[in-house]
Amino acid sequence: MSLHYLPAARQAELVRRREVSARELAEAHLGRIAALDGDLGTYLHVDADGARARANEIDRAVARRDDVGSLGGVPVALKDIFVTRAVPTTAGSRILDGWRPPYDATVVARLRQAGAVILGKLNMDEFAMGSSNENSAFRPCKNPWDRARVPGGSSGGSAASVAAGLAAASLGTDTGGSVRQPASLSGVVGVKPTYGRVSRYGVIAFASSLDQVGPLGRTVEDAALLLEVIAGHDPLDATSIPAIVPRYRDDVARGADGLGGLVVGLPREYFVPGMDAEVERAVRAAVAGLETLGARVREIALPHTEYAVACYYLVATAEASSNLARYDGVRYGLRRGDAGALADMYAETRGAGFGAEVKRRIMLGTYVLRSGYYDAYYRKAQQVRTLIKRDFERAFAEVDVVATPVSPTPAFRLGEKTGDPLAMYLADIFTISAPLAGLPAMSVPCGFTAAGLPIGLQLIGRTLDEPTLFRVAGAYEAANEWTTRRPCP
Amino acid sequence: MITREDVEELAGLARLRLGAAEAERLRGELQSILAYVEKLQALDTTGVEPMTHAVPLDCPLREDAAAPSLSADEALAAAPARVDDFFVVPRIIEK
Repeated sequence: MSLHYLPAARQAELVRRREVSARELAEAHLGRIAALDGDLGTYLHVDADGARARANEIDRAVARRDDVGSLGGVPVALKDIFVTRAVPTTAGSRILDGWRPPYDATVVARLRQAGAVILGKLNMDEFAMGSSNENSAFRPCKNPWDRARVPGGSSGGSAASVAAGLAAASLGTDTGGSVRQPASLSGVVGVKPTYGRVSRYGVIAFASSLDQVGPLGRTVEDAALLLEVIAGHDPLDATSIPAIVPRYRDDVARGADGLGGLVVGLPREYFVPGMDAEVERAVRAAVAGLETLGARVREIALPHTEYAVACYYLVATAEASSNLARYDGVRYGLRRGDAGALADMYAETRGAGFGAEVKRRIMLGTYVLRSGYYDAYYRKAQQVRTLIKRDFERAFAEVDVVATPVSPTPAFRLGEKTGDPLAMYLADIFTISAPLAGLPAMSVPCGFTAAGLPIGLQLIGRTLDEPTLFRVAGAYEAANEWTTRRPCP
Repeated sequence: MITREDVEELAGLARLRLGAAEAERLRGELQSILAYVEKLQALDTTGVEPMTHAVPLDCPLREDAAAPSLSADEALAAAPARVDDFFVVPRIIEK
């Protein structure tokens, strides 16, 4: 039996029943990483020793008939933005090269508590800034469906590793689409929960009013399983919401009863000229599929959509320039220019440690927050953010869920867009509004292009209404076979 | 219009050492990105409350109780330069 493409939920079940050991699962994945990842580039660090030791512990616990947790023995991997005790953590940046943090992020502790075996740390755009994984300071990451193409970003390694069976499931982070867009381009399920649903303690910060942690899996149920483990209030994150965590897997299962009574909104602003014809066809066919399952579809308006990209790049860069001020060569990470004055050491360290995209955003954010410009840029963007949120409030008075494309195109070629930062930003148009409004959203596979590239359907829900997203995605997945295709044997 | 002087000033504020070619490229990129975001100015936002957070937050207060934290050794383990229990930085005060 080949283990690496079994759903995470199934792997956990086999371990519980003692039909497969955690160690066998770990070895199957480590072997596959050794065979394939030299070319794919999904990992930045493989913790083979740690994974084996943890798998052995799980197997001993299983032998004692202990409860090993809902992810007991399941090999998962983490975007390298999650701080892991004694395991290298870089955020894809030279400025943190070699850093071994002294503590675990809350989500990492929760995964361990649930019995997960952590295989390693995944490739990403530096500090989560990018949509193609090409801003990784260490190595390119390829799309397993076509290795000349990008996996998407910034959680590119999180999506590609799961798609290729190099991890059963993974965690990423989403600030403007960084879980959903790579999930779409790499053909897996990716969820961006409601802002505050998941703790960010120990998650390296990019834009604090937007950042959220999200799971990626090959099935909707796997994504639900991971979210059940990581969601919930954390006293160490003042922005985390003290609301109970539902059993999302029940909502996935509920999808089998169809979508009767559900109203799906189709925003006219998301179907625009210039969108790839195959993407539009697949997304419209998916929406028709939701109708077949019993949902009613209604056209809605989200009139401020065209301002979302501009709004996002002001808010996100302003917050990034502030968050990244901490990388100063004093407490951890790279240090350069020690011989000069303190200010020279800072500037030398940051000049050498940050890549081009990170510098671009720090510069833009510094401009936006500069004395005298704050009202014209940052405050203005925050006001536009309110208008974008009101668009959704009006829509959700009439519909239960909004359905849209995730990305205007399927995966593009490596190098195709690196010369034009603004063009890369504009491609984020469909994923940016949900985080600006703080709403939960997910990407579900909904088809392939003629050339075999995956296409994703985006579902956006009301605040804390992840259950409806899982119900709709569960129903859609069960009625189709998109999540059963694999890029390589 | 973003000038070379603007880029130098921003790089100073952001504590970033930039090469000459890098600074010139950034000048052009900032120029085109700022031209794009100008489109927000066309929206009338008079009286619109700025959104600072996606969900309503009351600032929760925790118990003021002592709890374990990192030891000095753990906190200093990754320091590029250390003496005893201190991070070392270039001299900032002359004798």
